[in-house]
Amino acid sequence: MITSIEDLAARILDGATVALSPDYSGVSMVTVRALIARGAKDLHLIGVPSVGFQGDMLIGAGCIATLEAAAVTLEEYGPAPQFNAAIKAGTIKMIDGTCPAIHAGLQAAEKGIPFMPVRGIVGSDLLTHRDDWTIGQDPFGEEDGPIVMVKAIRPDVALIHAPLADRHGNVWIGVRREMMLMAHAARDTLVTAEEIYDGDLLADEKLAPGTIPGLYVSGVAEAAKGAWPIGLFGRYGPDDAHLRDYLERASTANGFTSYLDEFVYAPKAAE
Amino acid sequence: MSTDFAPEELLIATVADMLTGLGHVAVGAQSPIPGTAALLARARSGGSLRVSMLGSETQSPFTDGGRELFDCAAQGRIDAFFLGGGQIDGQANINLVGIGDYPDTKVRFPGSFGSAYLYFLVPRVILFREEHTARVLVPKVDFVSAPGVSEKNTYRKGGPHALVTGRCVFDFDDVTKRFRLQSVHPGHTVDDVREHTGFDYDVPDDVPETIVPDRETLSLLRGEIADAVTERYPAFATKIFGQANAA
Repeated sequence: MITSIEDLAARILDGATVALSPDYSGVSMVTVRALIARGAKDLHLIGVPSVGFQGDMLIGAGCIATLEAAAVTLEEYGPAPQFNAAIKAGTIKMIDGTCPAIHAGLQAAEKGIPFMPVRGIVGSDLLTHRDDWTIGQDPFGEEDGPIVMVKAIRPDVALIHAPLADRHGNVWIGVRREMMLMAHAARDTLVTAEEIYDGDLLADEKLAPGTIPGLYVSGVAEAAKGAWPIGLFGRYGPDDAHLRDYLERASTANGFTSYLDEFVYAPKAAE
Repeated sequence: MSTDFAPEELLIATVADMLTGLGHVAVGAQSPIPGTAALLARARSGGSLRVSMLGSETQSPFTDGGRELFDCAAQGRIDAFFLGGGQIDGQANINLVGIGDYPDTKVRFPGSFGSAYLYFLVPRVILFREEHTARVLVPKVDFVSAPGVSEKNTYRKGGPHALVTGRCVFDFDDVTKRFRLQSVHPGHTVDDVREHTGFDYDVPDDVPETIVPDRETLSLLRGEIADAVTERYPAFATKIFGQANAA
């Protein structure tokens, strides 16, 4: 169960469908850098329901063929430079969604059913560009209006970062339960954790309700500061100066390359 | 303390007034002014208004992950929410996706977030966009992330309540399905609003000036509200209230 960050990155195969969570949740930036270093290709990224810096960096590094998300947002840091450049150049396929439809698709997968109805969306142009969304009717006839149905979303991999994991593969995520949904829906869940908890997280009645059981988890690597330069809830905030430096460099192709050289390739070569 | 105020403080106070008497207001991503307004309305409500800020470690009550806000909204447990738009048109359609012929957008925006859903389910949706120009307020959006109005048989419990910009406040008439100029901020005029608005809207004979924040409001804003907003929007709090950046 306990393995290395490089092994986690190697287990995300080229072409895989990978679910990631937003920057305010648990983001395994350390594995994102390892994916870029190993030259991952053709990934289909799913933001649950949006992606931030991890998405921008993977897109810029050429790892992504398709991005499915309700948004790409760097929040207060402004527009995502490499995402915008890729849209302009047409180098990624964007599948635009809306937050609750992504949650609903994953909920269908966690229940093992083919689709899920979702409120709203009727009349949105999003619908006309989605062949995996359709309009149906309430089969029980209680409502006569249209209702949108979305296909189940079954990611190959959910990649997350958490404060704690134990040697049984149990992973404590607290109230950030979009990661629980991701783990339920994905075939494999790969995790980096700040600390390996010495004991059984499920044996502690205070920790167990916020814990992803090891039965969903395929691999765990220990990674202190694994979300850096993003923050991790309850642990540390974002590295503001570093993120601003990233934004400045990522606004040009050469700058972005210099960023990768310094923070992705050079550290790898030094190992 | 002086009664001079920043333009943002006027907008915060204006939005806060629209939340009076409500039970639960939720605030989404990238919404510092609406978020601050919600915190102000809560402080004035004597604790009867609940504010849920998405993505906040200390201001979010949710324990079931990202989906809980949406489930909550569908059950009618959220009274007000805020949406913006790279483009907003006269039928209150909003575009959060991009300018141009989708998917070949000339300018790309972040994406639709939960708008295509929450616009239907939250009774009072306040549209907020500080930039009030003809490139934002357009006759017809290039992409409908979320429609302002729906066919009669569509399940729709909510929709546009008002549009607040850096120049004025419009309210939205459910019957005519059009915006109506409600008030103009100090320093702006009815003509100036007309000049910078790309869509058609109704103008009553008498358009008042937007009510400016009083001393009590400003003192509340610059004190406890500024502290509360720093956790979620550190850069914004620094800019408007001179708060030390928490990050």
